[in-house]
Amino acid sequence: MNSSSNLINALFIFVLAGFIGFEVIRRVSPLLHTPLMSLTNALDAIAVVGAIVLVGEHQSKLSTVFGFIAVVAATSNIVGGFVITDRMLKMFKSSRPAAKPAAK
Amino acid sequence: MMTVELGTTQVIIELLYLIASVLFILSLKWMSSPTTARHGIWAGEAGMVLAIGGTLLNRGMDYRLIATALVLGTIIGVPLGRVQMTAVPQRTALSHAFGALCVTLVGSAEFYLRAPNISRFMMSVLSLEVILGGLTVTGSLMAAGKLQEILPQRPLTYKGQNLVNFLLLAGALGIAVFLVLHPEARLLFPFMILIALAFGVLLIIPIGGADMPTVISLLNGYAGLSAAAMGFVLNNKLLIIAGALDGSSGLILSIIMSKAMNRSFTNVLFGAFGQVQAAAAAGEEARPVRSATPEEAAAILSAANRVIVVPGYGMAVAQAQHKVRELYDSLSKRGVDVRFAIHPVAGRMPGHMNVLLAEADIPYDRLIEMEEINGDFPQTDVALVIGANDVTNPAARSDASSPIYGMPILDVDKAHTVMVIKRSMNPGFAGIDNPLYYLDNTLMLFGDAKAFVGSIVRELSGGHG
Repeated sequence: MNSSSNLINALFIFVLAGFIGFEVIRRVSPLLHTPLMSLTNALDAIAVVGAIVLVGEHQSKLSTVFGFIAVVAATSNIVGGFVITDRMLKMFKSSRPAAKPAAK
Repeated sequence: MMTVELGTTQVIIELLYLIASVLFILSLKWMSSPTTARHGIWAGEAGMVLAIGGTLLNRGMDYRLIATALVLGTIIGVPLGRVQMTAVPQRTALSHAFGALCVTLVGSAEFYLRAPNISRFMMSVLSLEVILGGLTVTGSLMAAGKLQEILPQRPLTYKGQNLVNFLLLAGALGIAVFLVLHPEARLLFPFMILIALAFGVLLIIPIGGADMPTVISLLNGYAGLSAAAMGFVLNNKLLIIAGALDGSSGLILSIIMSKAMNRSFTNVLFGAFGQVQAAAAAGEEARPVRSATPEEAAAILSAANRVIVVPGYGMAVAQAQHKVRELYDSLSKRGVDVRFAIHPVAGRMPGHMNVLLAEADIPYDRLIEMEEINGDFPQTDVALVIGANDVTNPAARSDASSPIYGMPILDVDKAHTVMVIKRSMNPGFAGIDNPLYYLDNTLMLFGDAKAFVGSIVRELSGGHG
């Protein structure tokens, strides 16, 4: 299904995305490492698109069953990951906004 | 999807994937600061909706079955998003298992749909995908079990453990190589998966609870890399990008965690952690310690100008964070400067302690990282250690025979007065004696963290007001 040029393209994308990942994530405050992990977890569950195609195309019984379980697992990561990341980030409050109105 | 012209639908799908990739990168970029982090979630969610929506544009799909799976996943996902903050580490481990399960299943299905018409390169990547995925599934389930305390947290070791693990991994890789050369040997494929699953279990068995932050990060990295490999197999660029982002995030966090525990990164990569084991609580002659009552502690704290609180996981276990917040309020009201020193491995996963304190409404600008705050201890009147042990152990700096020698620690011993809230003199989780407790400037506050902090708060607000 894949020509070798496709694979080379894929390799380029992987390496470049890895670099972006390192640069972006290096800058994430250690304060937020837990929500970072739950967020990347949700984003990683984009693997659901591969599983959706498997389920939708119905190519064999095995691929449909595997795909179905895969969609369920990935969707629970997407939903759970976004919900908990949002809950965590909502809790992070600065002491400054509270101080500002008093100063004004 | 080869060199053939793409249909209009395909072009639209690819463009949607491109937008989703950009949104994912922005999402992580905005995580750099708590002020922009919530935009990050919206970007991530928008990217996810576009990507899934785009995928559904593929023609001739069985939408009913897909919808059923999506609904089922949502039903499972919502409660997993609503767990308590102390349970976030095991939830995260569980979600690594789910993510890796998805990748492994899709990889397996692709193998059986394609083999034996599968190129060598493709078969190599597919093997990598399912081996990494498989070991992450069981490894993460084991980690989740240990964190939830369903499984014993103690490291289980036996003779020849490394050899067994090595042979298993070699076996899985051997089958992978054979399949690359002879993809028609479809019967061998399940064995490769089974070995990977067994390897995941055995990899985590020897690892103790204290090493969980590193383990979770590493499994995060594996889950990401296996997803990226899946992107290669499916020629899906969005998946490659998301996997690379997740993989690099996991690897960066593992490096940070291994540094914080003074392990080399190769040491971590080969799963040889869990080796910091009690050098036996020998030399246990009763040395004198000074202790203090809540009244005395309250008096010292209220007379201080600068206080640094050093929280450890023990604080969360005792559910003391809300009392600690009351202490913070009460001291701040008296004009005492109170800050919190956060060791990178405080808690059970990277950044866990920050979340636990944020949940108790302690402002995040009061939570200071180790490297930033360590220089301030000599000018600090009181360092109050709550439920932390090894990360304050001065032996890590001075005693080359200590199992934690070389581990970066919080220099609490340099504060004018150190107060340590602790149940008893029993050595902590790692079983290492802490010379901090015997210093002249150290006061031991014996008792349950929640109750003790509670009585300090009562003293501060009551009588001596």
